[in-house]
Amino acid sequence: MATAQGHTLGDRMPRKEDGRFIRGKGHYVDDVRLPGMLHSAILRSPFAHARINSVDTSAALELPGVHAVITGKDLDEQGLAWMPTLAGDTQAVLATDKVRFQGQEVAFVVADDIYIAQDALELIDVDYDPLDPVVDSRKALDEGAPIIRDDKEGKEDNAIFFWDAGDKEATEGAFQEAEVTVRQEMYYPRIHPAPMETCGAVADYDISTGEITVHMTSQAPHAHRTLFAIVSGLPEHQIRIISPDIGGGFGNKVPIYPGYVCAAVASLVLGRPVKWMETRSENLMSTSFARDYHMVGELAATRDGRILGARSTILANHGAFDAHAQPGEQYPTGFFPIFTSCYDVPAAYAEATGVYTNRAPGGIAYRCSFRVTEAIYLMERTMDVLADELGMDPVELRRKNFVTKEQMPYVSVMGWEYDGGDYEGALQEALRIAGYEELLEEQKRAREEGRIMGIGISTFTEIVGAGPGKKCHIAGIEMFDAAELRIHPTGKAILKLGVKSQGQGHETTFAQIVAGELGIPAENVEVREGDTDNTPFGLGTYGSRSTPVCGAATAVVTRKVREKAKKIAAHLLEAAVDDIEYEDGRFFVKGSPDQAKTMDEVAFAAYTNVPEGEEAGLEGVTYYDPPEMTYPFGAYICVVEIDRGTGQVEVKRFIAVDDCGVRINPTIVDGQVHGGLAQGIGTALMEVIEFDEEGNHLNSSFMDYLIPTSMEVPNYELGEFVTPSTHHPLGARGVAESPTVGSPPAVVNAVVDALSPYGVRNVDMPLTPAKVWKLLREHGVEA
Amino acid sequence: MRITVNVNGVMLEAEVEPRLLLVHFIRETLGLTGTHWGCDTSNCGACTVLLDGEPVKSCTVLAVRANSHEVTTIEGLWSGTELTPVQEGFHVEHGLQCGFCTPGMIITATEFLERNPDPTEPEIREAISGNLCRCTGYENIVKAVQWAARNGSTQEVGA
Repeated sequence: MATAQGHTLGDRMPRKEDGRFIRGKGHYVDDVRLPGMLHSAILRSPFAHARINSVDTSAALELPGVHAVITGKDLDEQGLAWMPTLAGDTQAVLATDKVRFQGQEVAFVVADDIYIAQDALELIDVDYDPLDPVVDSRKALDEGAPIIRDDKEGKEDNAIFFWDAGDKEATEGAFQEAEVTVRQEMYYPRIHPAPMETCGAVADYDISTGEITVHMTSQAPHAHRTLFAIVSGLPEHQIRIISPDIGGGFGNKVPIYPGYVCAAVASLVLGRPVKWMETRSENLMSTSFARDYHMVGELAATRDGRILGARSTILANHGAFDAHAQPGEQYPTGFFPIFTSCYDVPAAYAEATGVYTNRAPGGIAYRCSFRVTEAIYLMERTMDVLADELGMDPVELRRKNFVTKEQMPYVSVMGWEYDGGDYEGALQEALRIAGYEELLEEQKRAREEGRIMGIGISTFTEIVGAGPGKKCHIAGIEMFDAAELRIHPTGKAILKLGVKSQGQGHETTFAQIVAGELGIPAENVEVREGDTDNTPFGLGTYGSRSTPVCGAATAVVTRKVREKAKKIAAHLLEAAVDDIEYEDGRFFVKGSPDQAKTMDEVAFAAYTNVPEGEEAGLEGVTYYDPPEMTYPFGAYICVVEIDRGTGQVEVKRFIAVDDCGVRINPTIVDGQVHGGLAQGIGTALMEVIEFDEEGNHLNSSFMDYLIPTSMEVPNYELGEFVTPSTHHPLGARGVAESPTVGSPPAVVNAVVDALSPYGVRNVDMPLTPAKVWKLLREHGVEA
Repeated sequence: MRITVNVNGVMLEAEVEPRLLLVHFIRETLGLTGTHWGCDTSNCGACTVLLDGEPVKSCTVLAVRANSHEVTTIEGLWSGTELTPVQEGFHVEHGLQCGFCTPGMIITATEFLERNPDPTEPEIREAISGNLCRCTGYENIVKAVQWAARNGSTQEVGA
């Protein structure tokens, strides 16, 4: 609990960072104002697929207030027209030969303000020859399909990869021998992270020093600096990335986008700071999407519900450039191979084909540890189809197949080693909170009254916290993370991190870790991140890796500093180091806790009275490479009611029991779960990016891309479950992505359950009123 | 066009283009960056300010419309070290994460509580339904408004 001195690990501490945000003093990229700063706008392609014959910028250049118009041709002369993607492909910065999706970047205008820049866009004359687009991934490999990536020498189809994992033969054997098999086709639609702040940058090249500072919406500033150095050829020590306050990321701010590069190029050319800030439409049309997986889920089981085999087949739509976020080329489907999830499945096999289409490039891991969202959706939907086939309660089927806590640490048939878990216990807790038996009774009554009510279950494991470095990398850089801690003479501390919060509350939780390990109240620990000049190299915040990796680094560096503090305390107490004990911020000789030195006293001595042979100061840095990933898990129950007349799905209740191991700040954990559940409900009920057959983007504003408001989400019923991670120094796991992973199948399972009396077995997201209304009418349900 | 606007109690004069949006006038001309720009279509509410005491989405109001009127932004709600109960409520109830929607939410909630000092939960949910938040899932924002209602959020702001 919080003491008179302040807060520590495990406390529900109100956030330290709130003060500036509630006063309107947050400092986001668009708030950066530099002397002489210019503004910009991007000309984007109106076509999904077209050849570019010419780009005439002369009229735009004549407009007063315009400073430069950069085209693909200009960049090509500097070797900058193309850039590498996270998946090892190339992406056009500004189009040269063709445009390959609607909204693709064609020209970059720099002007005195954004109004003039927008005016100038109207004056650029681009001569296009429209080409037939490939919009539907299922037609991408058809014979005669237009070739999208003819920039790649010898490319004669739209295939990106074929991948498989698991034991194909053993799985086939299981399916042949099984008493029951089910097969379900499903589509996880293309959606968008849509953080409230769009992406942007202010590039500031200083011609007198040769240094360039780029303020940008970056979830991974260090990795971005290295990539900037590789792409631009500029020396890395003269590049500084500053990621200020970020207005939500959710994976949207992991890739490098053409706008960032163009702003940097423009600043280099003009010698003045250049700001690029995308509009909401640009954000939804051109920055990385998520999902867009056509999937087939199959399960083989005994008649009494014991799973014998699992199989999945994926068609992955990566858009015009393969900008897939993946922790290394060995993971073209990210961590999809986790798909056997929390079930003890004896044989499993997964295969995937990735294709190019004339859609925006991606896909990003939207609040998701690299495609685990799709994997869990497939498994949880197929489990319900199997339960339906067997005539078994979905709860019973899951119970029958859980990996048990006695089996931990468990190695799945797909090769993942789980760091503890009690799936049965978590489900039991969720059922208790829900009052499952009464819910079933209520449903019976509701059906008699003609109300359409459904109950959906979803149980799952996540996989978060990449590395280990030997298994996971970004552009070759192993996925460790770093923390640097310095204790000042008066006992206050500064902690610098390689990760970067986008709203997760790092300034509070990481201070609480130091407090827990060293007894310095969290109030007295300042946390800094986001500036590559002033923080140790780390891979950034995504895939729920901050707590598993950087949180571990923080615990380890704090313990390292504590060891030195012990030496100083021994010196002050005139005792041997081995005789010194530490407890709650105090150092004392074994057996004499009354004569202790406080952390403040030791800190002061570190700068004024160090023992002979010791250096002054009290600080350390740790680069932490996790031995394994962490596997948070959860059990979710969703209750819905469907309006017979309108098809509107109302989420009446949502029960979520999450186990993320030891909770550093339970209030922040709850907040993360709330937010993830809202996003998952949005995914299930309303969010989708669709295209017409010409490749026109149909959801390019918040008028058409709906995200939940306060009216569509319930109050959440959360349960706490704590099984410490077996390898994390604090026993903690990541948490923020579990709810977006686990909730969409819970909602869809609830809706299918509601409609099952009418013969509905599957319906693809989003479950919009129009779609559900149509389903009701097709199945003869009267309003 | 020359306009005179009372912004947070201070009379300001500026020469603006007729097409300049109020949000850009506030952010770019006046440098008050607490008002955010999150969409272009009046959906997200990050740019909400009070115009003569009424909440408006400043991305779809022309700056010239504020001529001879009063504008209150997030910076005008607090003074010195004093926070309003709504601001405090957001902190106490963990009603914010990334903070981008927060100023607009606080403006909307403040004006709402002036009209309805003792609201029900559905009334609060309806009142903030024009302001999008992608982080919190809204439950704690509702609690923040309830906290403010319990702790006296009736102070005069704006008009």
